[in-house]
Amino acid sequence: MTIATIAGQSVHVNEEGFLTEYDEWNEAIAAELAKDIGIDELTPEHLAVLRFLREDFEANGETPTLRRVSSVGGFDTKRLFVLFPKKPAKKMSYVAGVPKPVGCV
Amino acid sequence: MTTTATATVSERPKPKFDDEETSGRKLCLICSKGSLDMAYPGLILANAALGEGIETHLFFTFWGFEIINKKTMDQLQFSPVGNPATHMPTAVSGLPGMQAMATRMMRQQIAALDVPPVPEFLDLITAAGGHLWACRMSADMNKLTQDDLYEGVEAIISASDFMELSAGAQTLFI
Repeated sequence: MTIATIAGQSVHVNEEGFLTEYDEWNEAIAAELAKDIGIDELTPEHLAVLRFLREDFEANGETPTLRRVSSVGGFDTKRLFVLFPKKPAKKMSYVAGVPKPVGCV
Repeated sequence: MTTTATATVSERPKPKFDDEETSGRKLCLICSKGSLDMAYPGLILANAALGEGIETHLFFTFWGFEIINKKTMDQLQFSPVGNPATHMPTAVSGLPGMQAMATRMMRQQIAALDVPPVPEFLDLITAAGGHLWACRMSADMNKLTQDDLYEGVEAIISASDFMELSAGAQTLFI
């Protein structure tokens, strides 16, 4: 376990840099994490997706897959690829402070 | 014995999402089977590849046309006949109604995992930037035109076109 400083706060991260403590996340940290992966500004649209990821993770104990973000969260798949280019599922989860999704679809 | 050491670092780890390994990587899946159980491997791999930022093409040929034929894409069947992995006696697997029952069960299992039915899966793949192609000879054999096919199919192309398309790609025949 590693403690890193993000947006002036000490948080627990794993060896890849993902936050490991759900409650240590906030929007200021998200903005920093987003910059790590080339997203310079988190728009309200980004934040809506992140909030869904966090709520769904909290309710079900696992990170929703891309399919679930679209089928349950109601977000358009094409937009997700625009908001979090190339690897949306992993990028969304990183910025949202939840683990990478484990589901196949 | 497990040690849980906690270290405070000044340089924090950051994931390498866009590392060079995937940029320029290309995957071509040849979908040649028309049964429910053999449609899914290609669709699932395509979807996974797209989610990893890999350029992905699906080429539908022979029985694989069932997956993109508007008339059949939502009615693919699973047959336990001749499939020892179902662990069903051969004499039983061929009984009337068995295919329908096996198909229904498989559909339920797929849906229970929140994996979409075939047409919706194709929507997902095209929305994620996947490319769908139909085989010229299969279209001619079945007297099908592009109008008969799922609207996301980009074109009906020949085997040589596919060779050009798949240059430098990892290609899987399913």
